[in-house]
Amino acid sequence: MKITQGQFSFLPDLSDQQIRAQIEYAVQNRWAVNVEFTDDPHPRNTYWEMWDLPMFDLRDPAGALLEVNNCRKAYPNHYIRVTAFDSSRGWETPRMSFIVNRPKEEPGFRLNRQEVDGRAIRYTVHSYATEKPAGSRY
Amino acid sequence: MSQAGEVMSDDSERSSVGEQAEKSGQISLEEEFRASNVQEVLDKLDRELVGLKPVKTRIREIAALLLVDRLRAKHNLVTGAPTLHMSFTGNPGTGKTTVAFRMAEILHRLGYVRKGHLVSVTRDDLVGQYIGHTAPKTKEVIKRAMGGVLFIDEAYYLYRPENERDYGQETIEILLQVMEENREDLVVILAGYQERMSTFFKSNPGIRSRIAHHIEFPDYTAQELLAIANLMLAEQNYRFDEAAEKAFAGYLERRMKQEHFANARSVRNGLDRARLRHANRLFAKGGEPTSEELMTIEAEDILASRVFHDD
Ligand SMILES: Nc1ncnc2c1ncn2[C@@H]1O[C@H](COP(=O)(O)OP(=O)(O)O)[C@@H](O)[C@H]1O
Ligand SMILES: [Mg+2]
Repeated sequence: MKITQGQFSFLPDLSDQQIRAQIEYAVQNRWAVNVEFTDDPHPRNTYWEMWDLPMFDLRDPAGALLEVNNCRKAYPNHYIRVTAFDSSRGWETPRMSFIVNRPKEEPGFRLNRQEVDGRAIRYTVHSYATEKPAGSRY
Repeated sequence: MSQAGEVMSDDSERSSVGEQAEKSGQISLEEEFRASNVQEVLDKLDRELVGLKPVKTRIREIAALLLVDRLRAKHNLVTGAPTLHMSFTGNPGTGKTTVAFRMAEILHRLGYVRKGHLVSVTRDDLVGQYIGHTAPKTKEVIKRAMGGVLFIDEAYYLYRPENERDYGQETIEILLQVMEENREDLVVILAGYQERMSTFFKSNPGIRSRIAHHIEFPDYTAQELLAIANLMLAEQNYRFDEAAEKAFAGYLERRMKQEHFANARSVRNGLDRARLRHANRLFAKGGEPTSEELMTIEAEDILASRVFHDD
């Protein structure tokens, strides 16, 4: 099951040229570019691991693309995303976030139903991948 | 999203200049030259920088090389991007930093670097304080410089032979790799005193072999320094009167013989002090100065300098 999170995730995976063009957009806006990775893509897991440091004051996407590729080399079978952080007052938040690498097999999620208080139902999402310990999930 | 489209249009515009020329069949060197708008920067270089003949000639040669390279690419003669890392050697105040900024602009207009900015650093910006600090620091600077020019002033401080575990070595190794593998992403310019640079190159043949252009910046002659002074004043809407110009020539003659003389930088500093005295003179005089008076540096603003009284 292809995970859809962030921008462009309903499209086919971005090519390197398309990734470069997106980072160019972030760079032109003076947003700090980050590369992050995880093997727990639960939608509530907002804290992905940082790859290297955020890149401030880039003028060109080449440096960020370099780190995307370094991260891919180190974690070929993880989810990797690029985020662009806008530090300007009033925003102070990521303005872009998109996946640039995903595992070959994505086992997806199961919906758990729990009956509580009579017949009321609570739902929760369980990621099959997390049944294995961190680091050996994909 | 339209973002990608907007970004791409920038590139396609640039290449269309060349395409127009191509449609007319033959592409002439002149057309290619005009399309690059590089003449504008070369003219500016001539106008704003006094002297520096050998430097200007070298820059023209590099521009010619890149233009011919562009034409060759259009004839499908593959070359691979030429190496354009450089060393700028010369005494302080001979215009190395200034020329580096112009160089970035020229390389940008010729399509050799994508953005044309210049990141100017020294050892402290690259080398860390403890184990594991240097590599991220150096890489951060390199990533910021990508698309433009990385200017490393007094580059020889990266190498400290007296300490074999100096972290500068790590920076040098990263630079070596980047200068080889990321030639399309950035141009590295190393600058510093002539002699120290040659010692540095002798101990670091790897760096030396990656540098294609060694450009020497000669000291300025007294006449050139005076011309620089006039140019600097004009830029700030000041001027010498006749006696002041003579006095400043005398000032230069003395100043050039002193220690720590730093060519055009000493000129700038000398002028700054003259402006200070000029302001004080007007202030002491009181009343309403005319615009003529506000503009004109007089001999006494120069002659009050310590340079005339030291000996
Ligand atoms: N040929 C020149 N013509 C006019 N101004 C110059 C010239 N060379 C240097 N300057 C001025 O002198 C100052 C010092 O130059 P800089 O490029 O910083 O020298 P360097 O980097 O070699 O120490 C700058 O303000 C610069 O504008
Ligand atoms: Mg300098």
